[in-house]
Amino acid sequence: MPDLSPVWLSVALAAITTILLLILGTPLAWWLSQTRSRIRPLVEAVTALPLVLPPTVLGFYLLILFSPASSFGGFWLEVTGETLTFSFTGLVLASVIYSLPFMVQPLTSAFAANGRSFMEAAASLRASPLDAFFRVAVPLSARGFVTAMVLTFTHTLGEFGVVLMVGGNIPGQTRVVSIAIYEHVETLQYADAHVLSAGLLIFAFVVLAAVYTVNRRSSVHVG
Amino acid sequence: MSADLLRLTIELALGDFSLFVDEEISAVGVTAVFGPSGSGKSTLLRAIAGFQALKAGRISLGRETWHDQERGVFVPAHTRPVGFLFQDARLFSHLDVAGNLAFAERRSRGAAVNFETGELIDIFDLAVLLNRRVDTLSGGERQRVALVRTLLTRPKLLLLDEPLSALDRARKAEILPYLDRAQAHFSLPTLYVSHDIDEVAHIADQVLVLVDGKVTMRGAAFDVFEHLDLAMSDSDPDAGVLVEGRIADHDERLQVTRVDIGGDALTIPRAAHLQEGTLVRLRIRTRDVALATVRPHAISIRNVLAGTLMELHPAGGLGQVDARVRLRGMEVSARLTQAAVEELALTPGMEVFALIKSVRLAVS
Repeated sequence: MPDLSPVWLSVALAAITTILLLILGTPLAWWLSQTRSRIRPLVEAVTALPLVLPPTVLGFYLLILFSPASSFGGFWLEVTGETLTFSFTGLVLASVIYSLPFMVQPLTSAFAANGRSFMEAAASLRASPLDAFFRVAVPLSARGFVTAMVLTFTHTLGEFGVVLMVGGNIPGQTRVVSIAIYEHVETLQYADAHVLSAGLLIFAFVVLAAVYTVNRRSSVHVG
Repeated sequence: MSADLLRLTIELALGDFSLFVDEEISAVGVTAVFGPSGSGKSTLLRAIAGFQALKAGRISLGRETWHDQERGVFVPAHTRPVGFLFQDARLFSHLDVAGNLAFAERRSRGAAVNFETGELIDIFDLAVLLNRRVDTLSGGERQRVALVRTLLTRPKLLLLDEPLSALDRARKAEILPYLDRAQAHFSLPTLYVSHDIDEVAHIADQVLVLVDGKVTMRGAAFDVFEHLDLAMSDSDPDAGVLVEGRIADHDERLQVTRVDIGGDALTIPRAAHLQEGTLVRLRIRTRDVALATVRPHAISIRNVLAGTLMELHPAGGLGQVDARVRLRGMEVSARLTQAAVEELALTPGMEVFALIKSVRLAVS
């Protein structure tokens, strides 16, 4: 039986990333779905970049950004007394960027489908914009939220390249399940690699099958 | 109590389209905003509700100013005391019918006007629908729920944006009586946008005709309908007069109903559901009226009425002339060709016979 602590580390990383992205991604997705601003395509492109870039490219630039020698990494070290490279906090920041499109895109399409016309209806019923957002737009987009959160969680669970570049392989800190599998294979411990890989495969399949079953009749697309 | 004035000075542009309206409307009864598609009717209503930015202008009801571009006043939509009924109902599908009604009711407590939910549910026969999910409702039921939800905002002004146009004829006939009930019970000042002349004829007290973003005619429904052919940009096939009369009697054998209009008797297909003495509105389209200089005999047209030719004026199409004829209790217009006018030597003052091919009942 392999050491299971990478599994719990992965779950913690995925859960924290999902919560942070829910808080950051919801306003961004709302803005993208409602705005007529000319810079919208640029923001959309930046949001979608993690989908097309090799994780090594993203990881490389994040590594440079997180380095104590850079102004951001240095500032972080000064304020928190902790480096971002090869730390759990650094992994969380990297994952938030890496998984951004998986939160924002399903939410944007859900808001676009249920947005302006229902916000007008809510306003005509005396609901302030904030009231209308939480009582009408959010509940009408419930399926979009479920899809976005599940995809963000599972995608973060499966990330490898960015973690390797930014986090390395420190047990209890950055040694997530995908890294552990890689190491088991490298050291020819196939039995342990099998246990973790099969577990991840089954988990991902079950979750995605559940989401697509629930969303069968809605039109939320990703990618 | 005198009615508040709805003052509209609106100038706005949407792409190539621009809307200019400068009107004072007495906020009483139903004012129909009528015109062809794309004439700016809905845009006007959306501006009043606060959903549409203005280039310049001012919107106020009574002493409340909702929008004054010059002084930078803009009252946000959700704080304007208007009720807006959308063409597509826009019920919230995450709530059931009762939840949709409660959404509006909770947010309008303490409004000056007070309607009780229970009272509205009775009047609009909603009790059986309360626990239904909104996606299981028919089109007519959705619009009925939406109407009650709108009334529960306890508005001072009701804005109805083509509320029937998404419905088929049978569903329209199902909803119209409820709109009448809303008027009868609450007599809310209402702006009613429609491109359907039958709806307007049925419901309107006042009519404002909007063509290409400009008001081309405005006044009491009967006056406007008499001159609708002048108000529309192209010669509209629906131009005609609106008249009011009383059901005189029904003939069961011939399946006809006779309507008395100030001394003129018109025969229409039997309308058994209307009792004798009921006040009805009838529309007589200009293109359904022909003229003769002698009383024709051996003719299939049932409605032949004697009258006096009042005036002739050019109609929309080339070589076409509209004739005004005064009958005993009403005036009608007839669409003629220039050739016919010359051959019959028609001149104002002549005695003529109006041959009315068809009459439309504007009350369902």
